[in-house]
Amino acid sequence: MSATAPTVRPRRLPGRAATGSPLLLGHGRLPRVLAGTVLAVLAAVWLLPLLWAVATSVQSEQDVASPGLSPFKGPFTAEAFRRILDRGNVTLWAFNSLLIAGLVTVITVTVSALAAYGFSRGVFRGRRALLGVTVAAIMVPPQLLVVPLFEQMLLFNLVDTYAAVILPQVVAPMMVFILKRFFDGIPRELEDAARIDGASEFRVFRSIVLPLSRPIVAAVAIFVFIGAWNNFMWPFIVTNDPDLMTLPVGLATVKDAFGIQYAQSMASALLAALPLIVVFLLFQRRIVDSVATTGLGGS
Amino acid sequence: MTTIAPPGTGGRTGRAGPRAGGHHRTGHRGTRSAPGSGLLFVLPFLLVFALFMVWPLAQGLWMSLTDSSLALRDTAFVGFANYAEAFGDPDVWSSLGNTVFFTVVSSVPLVLIALVMALLVHTGLAGQWAWRLAFFAPYLLPVTVVTLIWTWLYQPDIGLANQLLGTFGLGPVGWLSDEAVAMWSIAALTVWWTAGFNFLLYLAALQSLPSAYDEAAALDGAGAWRRLWSITLPQLRRTTALVAMLQVLASLKVFDQIYILTKGGPNGSTRPVLEYVYDVGFTGYRLGYASAVSYLFFALVIVVSLVQLRLFRRED
Repeated sequence: MSATAPTVRPRRLPGRAATGSPLLLGHGRLPRVLAGTVLAVLAAVWLLPLLWAVATSVQSEQDVASPGLSPFKGPFTAEAFRRILDRGNVTLWAFNSLLIAGLVTVITVTVSALAAYGFSRGVFRGRRALLGVTVAAIMVPPQLLVVPLFEQMLLFNLVDTYAAVILPQVVAPMMVFILKRFFDGIPRELEDAARIDGASEFRVFRSIVLPLSRPIVAAVAIFVFIGAWNNFMWPFIVTNDPDLMTLPVGLATVKDAFGIQYAQSMASALLAALPLIVVFLLFQRRIVDSVATTGLGGS
Repeated sequence: MTTIAPPGTGGRTGRAGPRAGGHHRTGHRGTRSAPGSGLLFVLPFLLVFALFMVWPLAQGLWMSLTDSSLALRDTAFVGFANYAEAFGDPDVWSSLGNTVFFTVVSSVPLVLIALVMALLVHTGLAGQWAWRLAFFAPYLLPVTVVTLIWTWLYQPDIGLANQLLGTFGLGPVGWLSDEAVAMWSIAALTVWWTAGFNFLLYLAALQSLPSAYDEAAALDGAGAWRRLWSITLPQLRRTTALVAMLQVLASLKVFDQIYILTKGGPNGSTRPVLEYVYDVGFTGYRLGYASAVSYLFFALVIVVSLVQLRLFRRED
């Protein structure tokens, strides 16, 4: 999203769909049908792998293994899900993922919001330089840090602990930058009144700035959560103990153990995907908003 | 109205914000906080930043100048020997080549398909919610889930991909086992997985474009195609620059899906440079050498971003 994009919203024409530019298609019937067809084909292509996975997960392994294009070759069965859940690991990994992604989100958002406020309103030596370094750090590919971070975790004796998975993930220069830009935009008159009344800086942050920033804080939290939930490389490297693995790591390590049991593979994939699909359905509007607001996000 | 900027949410405030907040600092001196304040707020971030970003960056740089190893604890300074070795290492060059190849064959469709998706959804056809979900849902999936699903689709005998080919009378393809095909298969998976994010960026940009030019051109009798080429696409140039830049950087960093799907095989044909770093560092235990290769790669990433920045600047 360009920095100069105006706040003008598309004008709403009566009798037309609410979003989009109705003019783009002209008034003919043919372009509409054409666009609708292409869109439907694209959407079908995008949904097909998911639907195929769902269909596979609710059949028996024998039916899955028999050739044929029909998505349902045999009777419906929840056998694959039952087996996965019986094995116990998946629920443990899901718990780990939830705990780790939850803690990463809480710590990251707290640390980043405080820093963003300090950078936005603070007066201290080196503020500009520190902010510059923070912004430059956005460029650093996380993979670059993997080898030295692992050495560091060995040094701290933290390998195979929750702390080792969580701590390096809480550094989020991008989120600090996004929050700072938002705080910059909040008019200062409100805070000044509070300051004159003798409110402490923390009080101003807590009671005035933060409540006004709820939407962007929520958006940042959602992106941090998705990022932490989906993070693969770092948790994969720093955990060997199966009891500490996150869902993506655990599933990857047992992928080969599943062998050709595709129904179980698909069932476990769907179980791992479920929480994020729920998050998306709950926060769809907010996620779209935040992409629009920040122009960035995700991993 | 649009879901991008409902009144009273961050969407609008954030965008209008920087302008509304453009006060002159001097005008606020009376009520501004005391000098030195604010540092406390930044302190927790600085702590984790120094500990988990600056330290490993510096340590990585130092390690790249040593023969540091996971197996042996005593290390020696070797100067630029690692870098010299990397330049002469055919595996570095072939994995770099694979990375660049992947970046090209994934980035181009990831930008173009996302643009087409956004333009089509933006035409205002019914079912906005469902289109957005269809295109964005894969982006929400963890990498392991994506690779599990595609391992199944690419399965040689009963996988969907080969069975579909079969119905057209075509023979099976070794999607992940054929050296000439494997990287394309991974690119296809990646396009499916991540196009939704670029799609959202384009959609957001489209929805914030002023419609005046479009309407004026329509009144002057410009057809739909004409307006797409002459008005909408030029207006999207800055967005395209951003999307392309983010995409190239993301594609250069490919590792996860390849590592899980093929471990770089068959015969090294899909091994990206970051997997080589991983192999050398954690399987071969040569941390010093792995650091040198990753710093060379970082230098390449910086050069690519600077070149892109220049290119897009010039276009403006």
